[in-house]
Amino acid sequence: MAHADDKHGHVADEDRRDILFLATGATAAVGVASAVWPLIDQMNASASVLALSTMEVDVGALEPGQEMKVSFLKAPVFIRRMTEEDMAAAEAESLGSLPDSDARNPNHPGEQATVKSRLVSEDSDIIVLSGVCTHLGCVPLGDGAGDFNGWFCPCHGSHYDSLGRIRQGPAPENLPIPVASLDGDILKLG
Amino acid sequence: MGTIPQEHYEPKEGSTAKWINDRLPIVGMMDHLAKFPTPKNLNWAYVFGGILVLFLVIQIITGIVLAMHYQVGETASFASVEHIMRDVNYGWLLRYAHANGASFFFIAVYCHIFRGLYYGSYKAPREILWIIGVLIYVVMMATAFMGYVLPWGQMSFWGAKVITSLFGAIPLVGESLKMWLWGGPFVGEATLNRMFSLHYLLPFVIAGLTVLHIWALHHVGNTNPTGVEVRKQSLETVKKDTIPFAPFYVTKDLFAILVFLIAFAFFVYFAPNYLGHPDNYIEANPLATPAHIVPEWYFLPFYAVLRAITFDIFWIIPAKLGGVLAMFGAIAVLAFVPWLDTSNVRSTSYRPIYRWWFLVLVIDFFVLMWAGAMPAEGIVPLVSLLATIYWFAHFLIVLPVVGLIEKPLPRPETIEQAFRDKHDDDYDADRSQSAGTAAQPAE
Amino acid sequence: MPIAASLPAPPRSLRNKGTDMKLSIASVLTAAILFTSPALGAGAGYLKDHEFSFDGMFGAYDQGELQRGYQIYEQVCAACHGMKHVPFRTLAAEDGPGFGDAEVKAIAANFEVADEEGDPGDTRPAKPFDYFPTPMAGGNPPDMSLLAKARAGGALYIYSILLGYTGEEKEVGGAYLYENKAYGGYFGMAQPLYAGDIEYSDGTPETLEQYSNDLSAFLMWTAEPKLVERKQAGVWSMGFLILFATLVWFTNRKVWARVKHPKDHA
Repeated sequence: MAHADDKHGHVADEDRRDILFLATGATAAVGVASAVWPLIDQMNASASVLALSTMEVDVGALEPGQEMKVSFLKAPVFIRRMTEEDMAAAEAESLGSLPDSDARNPNHPGEQATVKSRLVSEDSDIIVLSGVCTHLGCVPLGDGAGDFNGWFCPCHGSHYDSLGRIRQGPAPENLPIPVASLDGDILKLG
Repeated sequence: MGTIPQEHYEPKEGSTAKWINDRLPIVGMMDHLAKFPTPKNLNWAYVFGGILVLFLVIQIITGIVLAMHYQVGETASFASVEHIMRDVNYGWLLRYAHANGASFFFIAVYCHIFRGLYYGSYKAPREILWIIGVLIYVVMMATAFMGYVLPWGQMSFWGAKVITSLFGAIPLVGESLKMWLWGGPFVGEATLNRMFSLHYLLPFVIAGLTVLHIWALHHVGNTNPTGVEVRKQSLETVKKDTIPFAPFYVTKDLFAILVFLIAFAFFVYFAPNYLGHPDNYIEANPLATPAHIVPEWYFLPFYAVLRAITFDIFWIIPAKLGGVLAMFGAIAVLAFVPWLDTSNVRSTSYRPIYRWWFLVLVIDFFVLMWAGAMPAEGIVPLVSLLATIYWFAHFLIVLPVVGLIEKPLPRPETIEQAFRDKHDDDYDADRSQSAGTAAQPAE
Repeated sequence: MPIAASLPAPPRSLRNKGTDMKLSIASVLTAAILFTSPALGAGAGYLKDHEFSFDGMFGAYDQGELQRGYQIYEQVCAACHGMKHVPFRTLAAEDGPGFGDAEVKAIAANFEVADEEGDPGDTRPAKPFDYFPTPMAGGNPPDMSLLAKARAGGALYIYSILLGYTGEEKEVGGAYLYENKAYGGYFGMAQPLYAGDIEYSDGTPETLEQYSNDLSAFLMWTAEPKLVERKQAGVWSMGFLILFATLVWFTNRKVWARVKHPKDHA
């Protein structure tokens, strides 16, 4: 870069030019990023999809031993009110004899598959299960089906007990429990 | 490549650039584009090409993203647009940007066209460049027309019905052609669906035509405000009249783009429905015709021409067909300008007679735009007819005649000369031999 | 090609004169067209002079007026006018009416919507994810989801209609029409609101002007729920673009300096 006779002024000019170019470049980068973000975010779930991401179910009418099936996020969810006998029998099972002893419950992460950790809340008798067999995704039959008074998957013969834990058959894991909470008679999914 | 001498791209030995370029000369192409010798005296009227490229990209990107949420259906279309406006993240922004983007695309194209007309950018050897431009303009109009139909509001439906019905005016084949376009005996979902498909397709046709347009431009080189050609005998002479496109015209175009975007942002964020029509927020109703069917503002001049023909021409062409022919003719006449203009001076800056006629043309364009917006009553039909007559007269009579009789002003010898004269305070400093003190530039 | 003349180039003043005049005329015309077009759209009616809280670059909705406006809609308009593009859940929006979740559930439950799982014609109470129903089929009276954007004059037009009844009415072929100054003729709907009709629980005056403001504001919100987000984003965006343009202006000058003044930047 040639310099004019007046060296001092010219060097300062170069510094000022560099700062100007840097500032302009940085502003351009901010502009591009803020223009790109809406293009990416518009593919995230819209408000109408998010509105369907929670659901309320009135379980007041469920008798002990009775079960209902609802569709949530386009998948089946089993809701069952346990009887005293069911809970006592499940309590009596030793965890060591279960093929999968994990609770599979995001409401109680990392815990073992006890009655307490599988029910929707400690002082309730409601169990909420994702109705998708952990083997290859069929929907198991309920109302006490199978050899363990729970659910039975007709596709490849997996048997689940009354807490939805896998007992026999090719399925590797207990039926997962969706995010749920109970407020009186209203079960809130999601 | 082309008729403008330019240094050949020489990548460094062993570089990645050379490896790629040996297999696909795209690095060389980008180098050619960046360093393209551009006249050093281009003024702000020449920024609209860059703005148009940006807005084509904006329309394509916002359009593709909107198409992820838009649905086609008698009730689904309108409802899906409301879903976009209310529920899709930033959906309101994407929709308003796309709708106002179309308007700003046309503002830029009209500035670009009128610049071309003023500076004689269409004259030899740039006739094909100009005609590709006219084609781009026509495809833009088709794209915008179909895009406006998609929300399926009252104006969408009735605008589509009125304009496609015009095809019925063509003798013999008109009715069949119309029903073929409609996909049946009425404008309905079949029409809407095919318009969505074509609306998605045509912008890519525009992009392809734009590549040809820029290729044609680079083959012959840019015009400039003096109309005097770049001296292209050798690399040395070229360098006296031109500067490389980057960085000089990158920063200049970028500034113009930002000013244009400021205006665009004002409309998108603070007046997003100003250029639109409230009736398009009413769902399409084939049984209720709106009080005034008006196309979007950028079609208004040609809409005025269409409605100006209210009488049978030569007793055999019915008024409706006459209107259609006049409307398409008013656009088509542009393609013939390179041959209609007989002047051997390019730039209107040096055409003291023609420049007043050019001013009348600009005013005429706005008069036609006003007339197209008004209901066809009172003085409007007469004004439309006079303005239409002038439009054709300008291209078919004024352009050929004035070129022949006009005595042009003297032009500068070279672009270099013109550029020096404009910055002549420095030219004088250059000549003065005051030793010791370097003259400070008057910034 | 023209032969170079030995005359010097014409002085700048003469060359640019045409351009300047051209530009001024073109801009005046454009301005004239742009500014007269709203007048074209407003019809023959008479708009009142009123400022809404959401007017201007920095305008925003007021939760109180939107909630009161909703109250008017529910008590007076909902019997005939649907809002099929407005989901109940949006009533909870913080930059909108800002009703609480429990209130939104209760509001939704006041309305009946078609029961998809039942027989055709069955209805069930609405849930927040449902949309306001349409009480009358056939497109009349008009749906109110977009009314404020579907009429020239917008919210101000609606405000003026509510306050524009003269009291004159006439009968045409079995239908009654009501004279309205904002409509500029005889309107199809009778005056829907009178002072004192609606009881406001927050102490706001129960005047017709207040009702008109609140209902018009609510209908502006149903048409444009993202108005506040839009204007706020606009202030940032335009500020950013002006800053960026300024930086590029100076960058461009710096870049061109050595071309325009080669002796000083050799």
